[in-house]
Amino acid sequence: MMMRENVLLNMRAAYARLWVRIKGGNREPQWLIAETIIPIITLSAYIFLYKMVKAPPEYSGFVIIGGTMMAFWSNVLWNMSAQFYWEKEVGNLEVYLVAPISRMAILLGMALGGFVNTTLRAVAVFIAGMYIFQVPFAIYEPLTALLIFFLTIGALYALGMMFASLFMLYGREAWHTANLLQEPIQFLSGTYYPTTSQVVPFMVQLLSSLIPLTFGLDGIRKVAILGLGISDVWPNIVALAVFTLVLLPLARQALRFMENLGKKEGRLTLRWQ
Amino acid sequence: MRIFKGHDKPVKALDNVSIYIDEGEIFGLLGPNGAGKTTLIKILTTLLLPTSGEAYVGGFDVARESHKVRRIISLVSGGETPGYGILSASENLWFFSQLYGLSSSAAKAEIKRLMADLEFDDYAETRMSRLSTGYKQRLNLARGLLSKPEILFLDEPTLGLDVLTSKKLRSYIVDWAKKERKGTVLLTTHYMAEADEMCDRVAIIDRGKILACDSPLKLKEKLEKNVIMKAEVSSVQADFGFLDKMKGVVGYSQTRSIQTNTTSLKVMVREERIFSDIVSKLEEQNQKILSVNRAEPTLEDVYISLVGRGFEEENVS
Repeated sequence: MMMRENVLLNMRAAYARLWVRIKGGNREPQWLIAETIIPIITLSAYIFLYKMVKAPPEYSGFVIIGGTMMAFWSNVLWNMSAQFYWEKEVGNLEVYLVAPISRMAILLGMALGGFVNTTLRAVAVFIAGMYIFQVPFAIYEPLTALLIFFLTIGALYALGMMFASLFMLYGREAWHTANLLQEPIQFLSGTYYPTTSQVVPFMVQLLSSLIPLTFGLDGIRKVAILGLGISDVWPNIVALAVFTLVLLPLARQALRFMENLGKKEGRLTLRWQ
Repeated sequence: MRIFKGHDKPVKALDNVSIYIDEGEIFGLLGPNGAGKTTLIKILTTLLLPTSGEAYVGGFDVARESHKVRRIISLVSGGETPGYGILSASENLWFFSQLYGLSSSAAKAEIKRLMADLEFDDYAETRMSRLSTGYKQRLNLARGLLSKPEILFLDEPTLGLDVLTSKKLRSYIVDWAKKERKGTVLLTTHYMAEADEMCDRVAIIDRGKILACDSPLKLKEKLEKNVIMKAEVSSVQADFGFLDKMKGVVGYSQTRSIQTNTTSLKVMVREERIFSDIVSKLEEQNQKILSVNRAEPTLEDVYISLVGRGFEEENVS
């Protein structure tokens, strides 16, 4: 098959998987209500706490941005990586593996579909947070903010693709890994507080620097709340670009390795592990 | 050969299997549960690697050229309903068509045709989660045929379906392979009638080994020197253990019916007179024999002659 045909085939597959996600999301709009209200309750608790201790008003903005971005990380973990486990249980994974498409195309479709759905939720959290808590935003360089946002999304979904390879091979064991990645990442990336603060221990800061979300949150906060520009956040941009460039090929390799291992061990289509 | 790790010791799922399937042939793999049928189909559809040996599909090595194999095959597994419950039947089919690069218009036309052919076009807009088992399986088969594969793998395609739906699907597959697509079909089944009705050739597989391979007719012809008798005994507790040691008995199978409190015994013997000895033994056990008749050989009898027992006993043990 010609390279062009191959690219077209994979683009069709990615689009179709994206379409399934959006169509499915639209058919059950109830998820939007729950997924918007729950994060607002969580971030309200942090905002009240910061207000009680008379922290600067920017801290409320930090929390809202953290809550907004957390929606994307949850989507990556549960609706993309862990999704492979569900696909395996219902027999879809077998169909994907027998089809002449790249596994990355399916994951890309899931990622894009998830991104569209989650953006709705994230925007709802963002707007609600702004109105309820009257958070002052100071965005002077919206393009820089958008660049950091999209680079963060790229790095997060690349990381998600890597985790998906675990779910392709393992079953419930990988579920525990996903659980383990939810709260610690939320803590280490500084979802509800800035990790650059001096009160945060050095080891935590070091660990947090290994997570793309940390650089994304820090960069967006600087541009959207503190009113800084590209000259101040270029290290964040470079770090996020490096994360994406390293994680994407790594994810491809991990998928290939795990698929091959699964074929050897006979665990690729094994259910109820 | 394919060996799995297993809980206590390695399990040899396939043992020196060697088969060749001609282009345009409907080839059946017949064997009880756990015989190795699905393992073989998984190797041929690139989902599993053989522990040793080689396998080629359409001339391509399944291990080294899996991407080429995937372009010409399709797999339909019975009892499975891949797809998304929240989407309608036609939406699911459109989704799967995109995994094979069909243009949207071509896919929609093909979906319409397949749904009409498989008689579930009335359910095109019904969500998959609301379809009955039979219609889900029609949807599954339509999915497998959408990409117009050269080689179609069917793993127990009528598993759990009612007689009428099974019959419809079987005749559709035969028409597809022989008239419409002229494609090759590899079918696994543990239903004797299915293999007999559909297949040009059948391989009988048991415990990972191919025991015989030929056309159903030729396989049955080989039994002509034996006599097959059927007896119905009015008890589900009849003990046929004596048949294991009896000279001249090739093999036997039994089907117990709790509802009618009867056991149907099918026994293959070298000479008709041996059956008289069997009847005498049963009478000694005070078993009431309701009927006795001679039966024409079936593929089950071929299996019995090779293994010495029927599928049912294998399933029970």
